Amino acid sequence: MTTTMAPAVGHSTERVTQGRVVTSEWIKLRSLRSTLFSLLAAVVCTVGFGILISALRANDFKQHGFIPGPNFDAAVISLRGIYLAQLAVGVLGVLMITGEYSTGMIRATLAAVPRRLPVLWAKAAVFAVTVFVIMGIASLLAFVSGQAMLHSAGVGVGLGSPGAARAVLGGALYLTTVGLLGVGLGFLIRNTAGAIATLFGLLLVLPALAAALPTSLYNDIYKYLPMPAGTQALTTVHDPAFLGPWAGIGVFCVYAVIAIAAGAVMLRRHDA
Amino acid sequence: MCRKGSSFYPLSMIEARGLTKRYGDKLAVDDLTFTVRPGIVTGFLGPNGAGKSTTMRMILGLDEPSKGTVTVDGRRYADLPAPLHEVGALLEARAIHTGRTARNHLLALAATTGIGRRRVEEVIQLVGLTDVAGKRAGGFSLGMGQRLGIASALLGDPGTLILDEPVNGLDPEGILWIRNLLKALAAEGRTIFVSSHLMSEMALTASHLVVIGRGRLIADVGVDELTAMTSRDLVKVRTSAADRLSTLLAGAGVTVTRQGGEGLEVSGMDSAAIGLVAAQAGIPLIELTPQQASLEEAFMEITRDAQEFSTHPNVDQLVGAQGGTR
Repeated sequence: MTTTMAPAVGHSTERVTQGRVVTSEWIKLRSLRSTLFSLLAAVVCTVGFGILISALRANDFKQHGFIPGPNFDAAVISLRGIYLAQLAVGVLGVLMITGEYSTGMIRATLAAVPRRLPVLWAKAAVFAVTVFVIMGIASLLAFVSGQAMLHSAGVGVGLGSPGAARAVLGGALYLTTVGLLGVGLGFLIRNTAGAIATLFGLLLVLPALAAALPTSLYNDIYKYLPMPAGTQALTTVHDPAFLGPWAGIGVFCVYAVIAIAAGAVMLRRHDA
Repeated sequence: MCRKGSSFYPLSMIEARGLTKRYGDKLAVDDLTFTVRPGIVTGFLGPNGAGKSTTMRMILGLDEPSKGTVTVDGRRYADLPAPLHEVGALLEARAIHTGRTARNHLLALAATTGIGRRRVEEVIQLVGLTDVAGKRAGGFSLGMGQRLGIASALLGDPGTLILDEPVNGLDPEGILWIRNLLKALAAEGRTIFVSSHLMSEMALTASHLVVIGRGRLIADVGVDELTAMTSRDLVKVRTSAADRLSTLLAGAGVTVTRQGGEGLEVSGMDSAAIGLVAAQAGIPLIELTPQQASLEEAFMEITRDAQEFSTHPNVDQLVGAQGGTR
């Protein structure tokens, strides 16, 4: 049999490098239809619902002659679709990992990259950059078009107004972090249903459970929960019951870092 | 470039030393020691559940041994700087994302070690998947999946190939194709380690066998050696003049046993010699059959007591008996 290939075996030019693993993960991410569908859904939710909610609110303001008070936050109205988009982005983050475990692909992946951790870093990086760029654009589109609606009611703000640009950026950051939390949980739990349930349990169910706590305890704890903390990045008016926007997204990132660290330990220590 | 002879892969060996894997209180692999050498196809044989797949996963660093070591080219798999160029693997359960096309699957794996699109197209053609390379792997038949698995194993043109049950679920044409491919790859000097639970398949491809049962080594022998070792070396003869023939045959090193009125079992003399004796004495023969044990029978014999669900474990004895032949 004849095979054509450079003869050197284990030559330095053929080494597995972090950069090459990133290229590999980029090929993987863009070659699945689920990536396209999830991101499309996330963009449609962000922009579509942003416009819809802004239009409804603008109509309402026009009919009832609304005069905005000091706590009125125009930016967050146009970014409200992000609350829905997080479902699609979170599922994508989980599937990027558990899809490999459920199909057995992970064994081919880890046989190619036996040191394993480069795979986790590459997946997280490729996912984060892709989601941040696409959802950043979606967040901006939602803001601009949503504010145009609100402007017709005289309450719209521009990107230059205090905190607005940060809120748009915050939307992209929040979604990226939701997805990274999903990536971490995917590596930790390895099972699609389990990881998705855990992710949205943390994001959506935890705040509802916290509501059952005594008031004083609730006030101390609630603002540190993942979603109440992370979504402060979408606001331009600070509610003293919550963390500030940067502190909030910072706390949210800590959750994602913990999940990814736990996922890394699981990946490194356990049989594939 | 055409690779012939063994000079290209001088040190490609798989060496397992005291390899052990424990799952809870079950020993899946128990103190396995063997060496897989280059230039030949080595069959890894054992009943289902014997620990073949676990052993192969440990070779590839996917499962951590509980005890012992296994190395490829003297290094742990995890320490290979460019694993796809040194070891190609086909794993039992298909390790392919069902939503990705065959081409993208290969491109993604190839990218980890800088292998380009040209080589990807080459292996696609080599395994005969050109027509379906753009289709998603989820729709592939078992045979196409195996071919894609072999394509990924060949991507880096590795000196060592590890294939877990490659003929499983293949049609006769596919089985023949794999057989010839493995022989050709071995002839190029590569180290080929193929698992199977079918002795008949291994008899046609492998020249050396590592046989395990319930996680333990039963035999590490050449195929010829194994046949000889377990062959009963008997010739069955039937004739109406059984008494006269048995008197004529009996002699130094020849044992004749009566089997009913017309039957004889002769050991120590081959069928040609028996036929000649009978002809010279004018004795008509009804039957003259050499009773060489087939490899399948040999395999059954040595693994009989090591079947996963056997009621009378007797592995120690077998290991003791066969271990000395290495």
